[in-house]
Parts: sequence; structure tokens; C-alpha cells
Amino acid sequence: MRKIADWGNYPVIEADVSGFDTTAQLQQKLEQPGEVIAFGNGRSYGDASLQNKILLTRRFNKLLSFDDATGELCCQAGVLLSEILEVFVPRGWFLPVTPGTKLITIGGAIAADVHGKNHHVDGSFGQHIRSMDIMRNDGSVVTCSPTQNADFFKVTIGGMGLSGIILNATFRLKKIESAYIRQETTRAANLDEIMDGFEASNDWTYSVAWIDCLAKGDALGRSVLMRGEHATETDLVEQLHKNARFKIKKGLPLGIPINFPDFALNPLSMKAFNFAYYNKTRPGTHQDIVNYNSFFYPLDAIADWNRIYGKRGFTQYQFVIPKEAGREGMRTILKRITESGLGSFLAVLKLFGEQDSFMSFPMAGYTLALDFPISVKAMALFKELDAMVADYGGRLYLAKDSRMDAAMFEKTYPNADEFRQVIAMLNEGSTRFASLQSKRIGITG
Amino acid sequence: MKNILILGATSDMAQAIAKKYAAEGWSLTLAARSVELLGPIASDLAVRSGAEIQTLEFDATDFSNHRKFYEELQTKPDVVIAAFGYMSDQMAVRSDVEEIQRTIDVNFTGMATMLSVVADDFEKRGSGSIAAISSVAGDRGRQSNYIYGSAKAGLTVFMAGLRNRLAEKGVHVMTVKPGFARTKMTENLELPAALTASPEQIAEAVFQGLEKKRNVVYTLWMWQWIMLIIKHIPEFIFKKMKM
Repeated sequence: MRKIADWGNYPVIEADVSGFDTTAQLQQKLEQPGEVIAFGNGRSYGDASLQNKILLTRRFNKLLSFDDATGELCCQAGVLLSEILEVFVPRGWFLPVTPGTKLITIGGAIAADVHGKNHHVDGSFGQHIRSMDIMRNDGSVVTCSPTQNADFFKVTIGGMGLSGIILNATFRLKKIESAYIRQETTRAANLDEIMDGFEASNDWTYSVAWIDCLAKGDALGRSVLMRGEHATETDLVEQLHKNARFKIKKGLPLGIPINFPDFALNPLSMKAFNFAYYNKTRPGTHQDIVNYNSFFYPLDAIADWNRIYGKRGFTQYQFVIPKEAGREGMRTILKRITESGLGSFLAVLKLFGEQDSFMSFPMAGYTLALDFPISVKAMALFKELDAMVADYGGRLYLAKDSRMDAAMFEKTYPNADEFRQVIAMLNEGSTRFASLQSKRIGITG
Repeated sequence: MKNILILGATSDMAQAIAKKYAAEGWSLTLAARSVELLGPIASDLAVRSGAEIQTLEFDATDFSNHRKFYEELQTKPDVVIAAFGYMSDQMAVRSDVEEIQRTIDVNFTGMATMLSVVADDFEKRGSGSIAAISSVAGDRGRQSNYIYGSAKAGLTVFMAGLRNRLAEKGVHVMTVKPGFARTKMTENLELPAALTASPEQIAEAVFQGLEKKRNVVYTLWMWQWIMLIIKHIPEFIFKKMKM
């Protein structure tokens, strides 16, 4: 037994933790009756990969095959996105979809059906999976794809690891001409400006905004819009970049060595940070060539950044509301968050494109993600926000959640009932896949 | 192209070391008790780096076959890393004859017989590097792991002697002493983060140590000082400590 937590350090539990190198070893572990859940790199925020018995997938991390002609990669589920980037960016390939951290496993990316800054163009990660193998609770292995065992495929994408243990997956990387991004940064003075900005960004592959959740009144929703394209050979200007298009400098290894004390993050320090961040971007539009790490993964450069929230832990509240409700809804919700004064660092805002999946989080509309240190006040605020989000027809992201109740889940995920029934059927037997989250929100008993 | 032979190539440390050498453009010979386990490891290395990889069966306790194993190698290596090991649960085995013997056979005898074969060849060729993964557990006998520790102590002394023998023959001999490592042996334990090395950190330390021809490598610098202190506690005090 040992202490284990996901990225938010809330909750922290004692669990029996073990990994596996081969499918035979995994089969053996699944022979023991009880509830288990897979745990990748611990980057979901709450309790989606926590359970009394945890199966670590990180050792199951082999690249199995790669086709140079098509970019088709087959790898085991414990491989990190960062490993794929390290190997394939130098050869001119990039991930089809990536979230804001590269420190997640392929299995986690599928189970949470993660999205990235290109969702409005390329959809979620799961939509790029061509085939995968899943081990069921009885130790049998199911190969599934959008056409083969399609129902099983459908409930595994965004299925939070409840249909089985994802063993390996096949998907295609996309060709790039350099390891750099042509980035355009635009300051938006308020919510209307940033939403106009998003709606005029359809022909950009990547778009996202960092929004100051403490700014009030006329400045409500002030933000910095970042849009990007993979830099082509002719986009590169600096001689250093031109000479080695796929090579980027390694950054300094920065880290947060200890948990910060609780008082380190207070309304004043947070306000100062947000003010500084907004004002470091001057008004107007700026063009830059930046490497892919600083565009996609700015926070990965600081190891263990979750420690700044101290021992009490934190959660990230990420919701989406449909586009029709977007302007009014976002204004109302943002106002409530701002009034509370509980938000912390800059939040992330993004306009999703259409999504037609069984259990996935994204829908055509606006999504906002914001960190909160755990506190009684914050928990009360979330309840209020939940009601607003549900009223606008939105929902919360399961990969970030550690506290939503079953009623909220039921109300906001249209396929909740069918999903529960399918998982109950798949879980028949003495070994069952369940997480603390799946129990809390009523998917599993 | 330079070749490295990794003995016990399925351990987490060995896999990380193999990745490092593959990325540096070496060809690899991977040997382990189960060739089946080596399959995905080899395909992974090939996809990552295009490295040339051979996999072979090797049993550390099949002492009399060690010479034959080495002689049958298609490519004679430039570097040999012995990473095999067997960690027994001290409390469970301290009176179990078979477990005690296995602990010593794998961690000491197998190392000594196999590396002696390698040493003869390298001595003749007048070049090469030999590294073995020993342990800080061999630096002083402690009640919590003295069977494993004494086998590792034997290995450390064996390596020191080998180094002394081969120093003038142009052969480099390196002893590696990882402290706590985040591997499959320790995945269900809480280890102090600052004192715990990842397999990748250990691989980097091994690679750099071999490049710089170091003699003894503690993979995290603190461990050298921790063990220095532990080694110098007088025995009449040490014997009463719970360690």
C-alpha cells in the first residue's frame, strides 16, 4: 500500500499499486476479484484513476511499429505523448491532437478523449484512433475500431477506463515542416472582443486564449488570444532555425521543490500575476516563431507546478456551454467567478468545434478551465456554477473533476444512462473496472 | 558501429540504459532469462532509433555456460553492462536456504563468473568497458537487507579487484550504486522523492560515467555522502540501530 493522488493532490488515498510488463502479467492481476482502475501518468486532476487497487500502465510503454510513408504509429498505452514527440518531431511528425501537457499516456488520452487547441479543426484525440486492443475484466482481448466491434470502440473513447484496460492503439501522426510554430498573439480588452476573436479564427489550426478571471467591470474577460500554425520551411527566419528545422533547444530544468504554504496564493498575489501577464502583451497583434514546447506546453517546463497549491490540493473547474448560450452564459458565469475572488492563475478559454461522440466532453461551444485551491468556499461556489452550467446546457470535463455529484452528471451527459448500463454489462464477473469518480457520479455501483 | 551487451536487459534500469545507447547510435545485444519479454523491448528500440538489435537468452545462474554464451556472440561488445539482479524480501527469506542461495547466485556468483569471461576477452583485446549494477546496500550490512546486501558487497569487491587487474590493460571497470530507484521493485512503496532516481536518471549517470571512465558511480550525489556517514558509524553503536 502507498499514498497516491492525481495531479490536483485532492483526494489523496492509500492504495495497492502495481504495474505490468506483459499482457500475461495483466491477465494474472485481473484474475484477482475486486475493483480496479488503470492509472497512467497521474495527470487527470481528481479521482478518475484512483481506487483501492490501481494498475499502473507506465511500464507498458513500447513503440511497436511505425510506417514512414503514412505516419501510422502503433504503440502500447503507457507511452507518454512526450516520448512520441521526442522520437518523431526530429523526423518531421507531430501528434494529431495534443492537450496542454505532453506528460500524459496514450491510454489516458483515449480514456478521457482529450482535446487541444485544434479541436475546431481536427476534433478530439479519440477521433484519430484507427484501432486499439482492450483487455476486458475476464482477461480476454478485444480488438476494436470505428468499424470492428464499433460499439465497444465507442464506449472506450472517453469511457474513463471503465470498459477495460487499453493495451495499445494505432493512429496517424501528421507531417510537419519544422519543430516551430508561427504564433500570433492578440490582446482582447474584454469578453466581447475575445469572442469576436475566436469566431474570426476558423481558418487557424490552433487557437486558445488565456483569460484574466479576476478582472471586473468593463475589463471582464480581458484576455490574450494565441493562434498558431506549424511553421513551414519558408516561415522560418532565424538562421539557427533554418539550419536545423526539427531541432529545438532544451530549456532549463525548472521545478517546484516543495509544497508552497497556503498563504502564498492570496487574492493580492494572484491579481498581481494576472495583471502582469496581461500587460506583458502589448496592445495589438504580434507575430513570432516559437518552438512547439513553448506554444503547446508552457507549464510542462516547470516540474511539479501543482505544488504551488500546497498540501490542501486544488481542482480545475472546466466546463463547456453550447455556442448559442455562449456570450450571455459565459458573461454570467465569469461574473460569478470574478465576484468570488477565488480563482487563481490565468484561465484558459477556447471555442470548440462540432463533436459527435458517445461520452466525450467537447461540444460546439465555449469551454473555460480555471484552477481553484481546495476550500470550503470554493466547493460552495462550484455548486452554484454547476447549476448555471447545467441550465445553459453545458457540462463538466471528467478528466478534471473531483467533486461533481451524480445528479449533475446525469443531467449534463445525454448518454449517462446508456453508458451506465453498458459498463454494468461489461463489468459482469468478479473483477470490475471502477474508479472513485465512477462511483461518486453513479456510473458504477 | 560500437556494440553494447546488456545482461539482464528486461529490468527498468537496463531498458532505460538501452534507450540511451540506442539514441546515441550504438548497436545493441540484449540478453535476459526470457527472450519473449525482450521482443517488445527490441521493437521499441528499433522504432525509436533504427538501432540494430539482437536478443539472446541468458541465465545468470547457469554458471558453466557463461563462457559458451560469450564465445557464441556474433558481435563482440565494446561495452558490457551487467544489470541483472534478484531482490528477495529479507524478512521472508532469512531462514529460507533456497532463497538465500538464489540471492547470492544471481547477485554475486553469476556476476563473477560471467564478468570473468568478459574480462579475459577485454584483457586480450586491450580495450573495452565493463559496468555492473551493484547497490548501496553492499556498503554496510544492515538487518533489513543483509543477504541481498552481502551479495552486492561481494560484487562491489569483485569489481574493485577487476578494476585493479585491468587498469593497466586499457580496460575500464565501473561499479554503479543506485540508491532508491523508482522501478517495478519499488512501485508499491513511498520513497523520499529527493533520494529516488528514475531509471532514466540512472541510465544517464551510467552513460556519462562510462564516457568519463569513472570508477564508482552513485547515481544521485547525496547517496555517496549518506553511505559515507553510515559506513563510519562505529560498530558498537551501529549494531543497536534499527536499519
